[in-house]
Amino acid sequence: MIGGLFIYNHKGEVLISRVYRDDIGYVSMEQSFGWKMRNAVDAFRVNVIHARQQVRSPVTNIARTSFFHVKRSNIWLAAVTKQNVNAAMVFEFLYKMCDVMTAYFGKISEENIKNNFVLIYELLDEILDFGYPQNSETGALKTFITQQGIKGQTKEEQSQITSQVTGQIGWRREGIKYRRNELFLDVLESVNLLMSPQGQVLSAHVSGRVVMKSYLSGMPECKFGMNDKIVIDKQGKGAASDDAGKSGKQSIAIDDCTFHQCVRLSKFDSERSISFIPPDGEYELMRYRTTKDIILPFRVIPLVREVGRTKLEVKVVIKSNFKPSLLAQKIEVRIPTPLNTSGVQVICMKGKAKYKASENAIVWKIKRMAGMKESQISAEIELLPTNDKKKWARPPISMNFEVPFAPSGLKVRYLKVFESKLNYSDHDVIKWVRYIGRSGIYETRC
Amino acid sequence: MMCDFLFSLVCTGEIFELKAELNSDKKEKKKEAVKKVIASMTVGKDVSALFPDVVNCMQTDNLELKKLVYLYLMNYAKSQPDMAIMAVNTFVKDCEDPNPLIRALAVRTMGCIRVDKITEYLCEPLRKCLKDEDPYVRKTAAVCVAKLHDINAQLVEDQGFLDTLKDLISDSNPMVVANAVAALSEIAESHPNSNLLDLNPQTINKLLTALNECTEWGQIFILDCLANYTPRDDRESQSICERVTPRLSHANSAVVLSAVKVLMKFMEMLPKDLDYYGTLLKKLAPPLVTLLSAEPELQYVALRNINLIVQRRPEILKHEMKVFFVKYNDPIYVKLEKLDIMIRLASQANIAQVLAELKEYATEVDVDFVRKAVRAIGRCAIKVEQSAERCVSTLLDLIQTKVNYVVQEAIVVIKDIFRKYPNKYESVIATLCENLDSLDEPEARAAMIWIVGEYAERIDNADELLESFLEGFHDESTQVQLQLLTAIVKLFLKKPTETQELVQQVLSLATQDSDNPDLRDRGYIYWRLLSTDPVAAKEVVLAEKPLISEETDLIEPTLLEELICHIGTLASVYHKPPSAFVEGSRGVQHKRLPGSSAAGVSEAPPAVIPSQGDLLGDLLNLDLTPPTTTGPPPPASSGMQMGAMDLLGGGLDSLVLLCDPQMGTGFGAPPAAMPASFNVPVSGGLDDLFDLGVSLEIPNKMIFVSVQVWLPAMKAKGLEISGTFVRRAGVIQMEMTLTNKAMSVMTDFAIQFNRNSFGLAPAGPLQVLTPLSPNQSIEAALPLSTVGPVMKMEPLNNLQVAVKNNIDVFYFSCQYPISMLFAEDGKMERQVFLATWKDIPNDNESQFQIKDCHLNSDAASNKLQGSNIFTIAKRTVEGQDMLYQSMKLTNGIWVLAELRVQAGNPNYTVSTICLVLEICRIIN
Repeated sequence: MIGGLFIYNHKGEVLISRVYRDDIGYVSMEQSFGWKMRNAVDAFRVNVIHARQQVRSPVTNIARTSFFHVKRSNIWLAAVTKQNVNAAMVFEFLYKMCDVMTAYFGKISEENIKNNFVLIYELLDEILDFGYPQNSETGALKTFITQQGIKGQTKEEQSQITSQVTGQIGWRREGIKYRRNELFLDVLESVNLLMSPQGQVLSAHVSGRVVMKSYLSGMPECKFGMNDKIVIDKQGKGAASDDAGKSGKQSIAIDDCTFHQCVRLSKFDSERSISFIPPDGEYELMRYRTTKDIILPFRVIPLVREVGRTKLEVKVVIKSNFKPSLLAQKIEVRIPTPLNTSGVQVICMKGKAKYKASENAIVWKIKRMAGMKESQISAEIELLPTNDKKKWARPPISMNFEVPFAPSGLKVRYLKVFESKLNYSDHDVIKWVRYIGRSGIYETRC
Repeated sequence: MMCDFLFSLVCTGEIFELKAELNSDKKEKKKEAVKKVIASMTVGKDVSALFPDVVNCMQTDNLELKKLVYLYLMNYAKSQPDMAIMAVNTFVKDCEDPNPLIRALAVRTMGCIRVDKITEYLCEPLRKCLKDEDPYVRKTAAVCVAKLHDINAQLVEDQGFLDTLKDLISDSNPMVVANAVAALSEIAESHPNSNLLDLNPQTINKLLTALNECTEWGQIFILDCLANYTPRDDRESQSICERVTPRLSHANSAVVLSAVKVLMKFMEMLPKDLDYYGTLLKKLAPPLVTLLSAEPELQYVALRNINLIVQRRPEILKHEMKVFFVKYNDPIYVKLEKLDIMIRLASQANIAQVLAELKEYATEVDVDFVRKAVRAIGRCAIKVEQSAERCVSTLLDLIQTKVNYVVQEAIVVIKDIFRKYPNKYESVIATLCENLDSLDEPEARAAMIWIVGEYAERIDNADELLESFLEGFHDESTQVQLQLLTAIVKLFLKKPTETQELVQQVLSLATQDSDNPDLRDRGYIYWRLLSTDPVAAKEVVLAEKPLISEETDLIEPTLLEELICHIGTLASVYHKPPSAFVEGSRGVQHKRLPGSSAAGVSEAPPAVIPSQGDLLGDLLNLDLTPPTTTGPPPPASSGMQMGAMDLLGGGLDSLVLLCDPQMGTGFGAPPAAMPASFNVPVSGGLDDLFDLGVSLEIPNKMIFVSVQVWLPAMKAKGLEISGTFVRRAGVIQMEMTLTNKAMSVMTDFAIQFNRNSFGLAPAGPLQVLTPLSPNQSIEAALPLSTVGPVMKMEPLNNLQVAVKNNIDVFYFSCQYPISMLFAEDGKMERQVFLATWKDIPNDNESQFQIKDCHLNSDAASNKLQGSNIFTIAKRTVEGQDMLYQSMKLTNGIWVLAELRVQAGNPNYTVSTICLVLEICRIIN
């Protein structure tokens, strides 16, 4: 299992170090060497943080010791082990650890870590025992790891904490009360596209998330429904045939989905129904992925012409492809330019375009754009003559945007809340649903 | 380290201040002080001096302060075990605290204080905690058993904790079950045969129930444990699979991968015609694809695992090619892995798409990635016959770009294509020849030479082309030299009339001027073949070559099976069995798939290209196997002992001479002086003189030690280093042969020595400029200076070396012959010699005998002079020749010796004398 955990700043200085197992401490034969591999801490600094090369792997093996690392802004988190550990688990744990820290003190920065080091040690003690990850749900942790210290707990409170931390519903505590029972559902999708210069879709998929903010009293039992093709078809079989045809059109085929640990997976597996007792506050209920019948909100049509050896002419047309009543926002088109660009002249019909020499790209920004519209930009790029034989790699044109619908076509059909012990029913709960589609990696080759 | 030391000195004042604060009466002040102590500890300052003061703060009802003190204890208890006992009482008391959080904290911390003395005090509280009423305490105590086992395994067994732990598997709380499973699995790993985790249908059922209820981490522990179980029959196997499949929808990728592992393993037991088998296969694909939308680090882990899964069961992902297309912003490690999987999934159905993608990648920036993409095109050509033509034309397009590394990589793969489809694409040879001059990597040069030799009859100027390579023969790497030798012999056999001179030239270069045994051997074999029976030579050298297999780069089936059992773990990321990177007994047991023996037979193993070590293959010049092959590692031919070489060389030599009269094929006799030019130690008796294997027969002032394997490939991830120390014209050199026996290219070599007795240090960087491809070796000579830092070693001539490459750092130690250190100016004036001899106390003298040496004193003295041992005077007393000799070590220490030679007695007596006694010993 995990032998130790270290947090470094970008200079390679250790901010937090927690060693769980002795075996990682000292690597054989190192002390007298010029490389100063005094121990695991130094080995990682020398070989990864200060390595001249780009990171070639998130897992590094130095002198039979394995280092897993993730980077958040300029902070490195490294887990160290000498055993054949579950690698996926270690990374999941590192991400989780980032989440927990963020939930406690906000952004993961050197300053925040230094200011909260006592808290971090306390957390590490709780969520990783002898290298085995333990309950790391923020909701549960916050009940007994606080910066104020635990004051005057009664015996009932104590056992409530422990039963929650170890219990079946580790993510929610009992006795939550709200005057107004309210829940928010956000369907957040990112649409990914790779298109050939000729307009052929090479690959496209939507990865979506359903994020829920719940402010519900008691231990509410929830059931979530969406226009999942399998569910609708199943129901359609029972209902009248014309009805099935109708709903079949609106349903979507979900390639795969994963759920928060509160969802009863065996029930989903057998009945494909999504039932759960939600954590309090914000969390991610599910993730899903679709590849069929995706609405591509924008189409990019590039035209690049090389005029002699010192000039390039670029014309890019973007077309919006959704209901005219909807508005896309934060549109940005990034057109890469060669490294030897000396000057750029741009003309665009809409928005603002600028050549950013430091990023080697023309960045074209449009604040808003309605559906079924078209806009274009043309640019003349002057090049410095070079004798570099190597051709310019022509990176793809990428695009960013935000649209107020789900490109996968997913629709929330219901979210029912049942709480038998308290006297509020499903229709007393105020529910909000919102759809946001964003660009993931949305690229067109040119 | 020095820096740290200074730092802590400066802080002494601070420590006094902290001490005062720790002993303060005010709680808040105390707490702040402990915080400061912990802060100093984190940045590496030594605050162990405060141990008693901090421990004094332990008895408090403030939980936060308690946790801080415990943190301090865990860090320093080991360095102050006696003091740590002071804390025991508090721990025992805390274990009975009414607050379960404190009980758990105490038992958790006690386990982390890894002091043997404490463990016996730990047993009673631990026993109580394992049966605690609160699940939080029980789950903590379960892990504590594993901790205790790590410190004192015997104690855990004696106290019966293992049975208690087994009972916890039936606990009502899922988290307790999960932790107990984790602890038991770990303990079981260090007792491979203990049958500790006695898995039977009842326990499995309990685990499966807990699986639905525990935390994500607990699910991982349980799934990993389940994967070790072997179901009794296919029905049980199916029912477990059914209960595990829901886990595939878990948000935690590790849960998904562990579930995949269980399913992949248990699937082996299901009959293939079962409906459920097909359903299961279908269910596996989507979650695997979903893993690719996780964070990049997890994607990497997932891709490495998918690589294994695709090799074992290609049908799972055969329709999912598109998801492996590389994204522009993917980190490089994700890109490279995706590329690998793309090739594995390439088939006739999707080849067009794949090729278009690969061509796109070949224009990217990252050199490694581009190379791999070009190589991938070649592999597609070999794999999918219908696409070969398209691939070749794509490769030609790429060659036109003239980007150096693209061209070289393309030539290497085109050679493989020629091997696979002989006599089909030779029209492209002309284009290839145009790029001859731009090739600077050994692999590409060797590939090009192979092509020229293989198709010599179709290339008009083949002799000119090959001759142009011959000019710099000695500067080429071994790979190229071997290939050139073979190619010219082929050329000769095809066009004997005009190439006689060329073939003689290359044979003499290979046999006389080279000190590479492989090259010499091959040279002699060809020479003999050609001189004895040219027809047979033709049959051997121009024999039809077996076709290369379609699938390259496959992991060897038994290893693959083992790796499938390790899905999700580091082993699956490294593609190595755990024993390759885990120390000690852990993970040494090899896991196997159930019922695999039957499955293994039914699926014919893919034909793997014969590897380098195969002598016949060698003669057939099959050594240019694509670097992607995974055969068994070739025997260490380069590390062959010189003695064996001698025998072979000598034997061959006489054979050649015997054949001499029959040479009617227009061959000149091999030079008669050949044996003399061998740099092989001739086994004279003087060999033993210095007991270090030094032989003194070499004429041109060279001292030779037999080549030794310093770093076996097994210990260094496939890097093998063999070498020897040599003194040439006053310069000490370390001559090394680095051989890459791994499957990936090695670059960025660097070397460093530990401090040693004579201050040996590299005088320059290690000159390994080109990347070392798989199955390739390179020779490097490292000049050494003697001005490095000095530290006495045991034995005196021990040298610890660290070699670094892109993969890792490796350490080895070797012993150099002390004679290497004898300086050229070691001749002492007679008078000085006499005076010095008298000055040195008798105790410093040591004597030994050299047996069976049949040289007379003059001859011996001449020989010795060759290795910088100078004879100062000679005296003859009573039929005994006494030679007085001096030598000087590079660090200025003189060594004087007296050598008595008695005529007729083959045994010499040597007395050495020196100021430093130990040097005396080592010289003897």
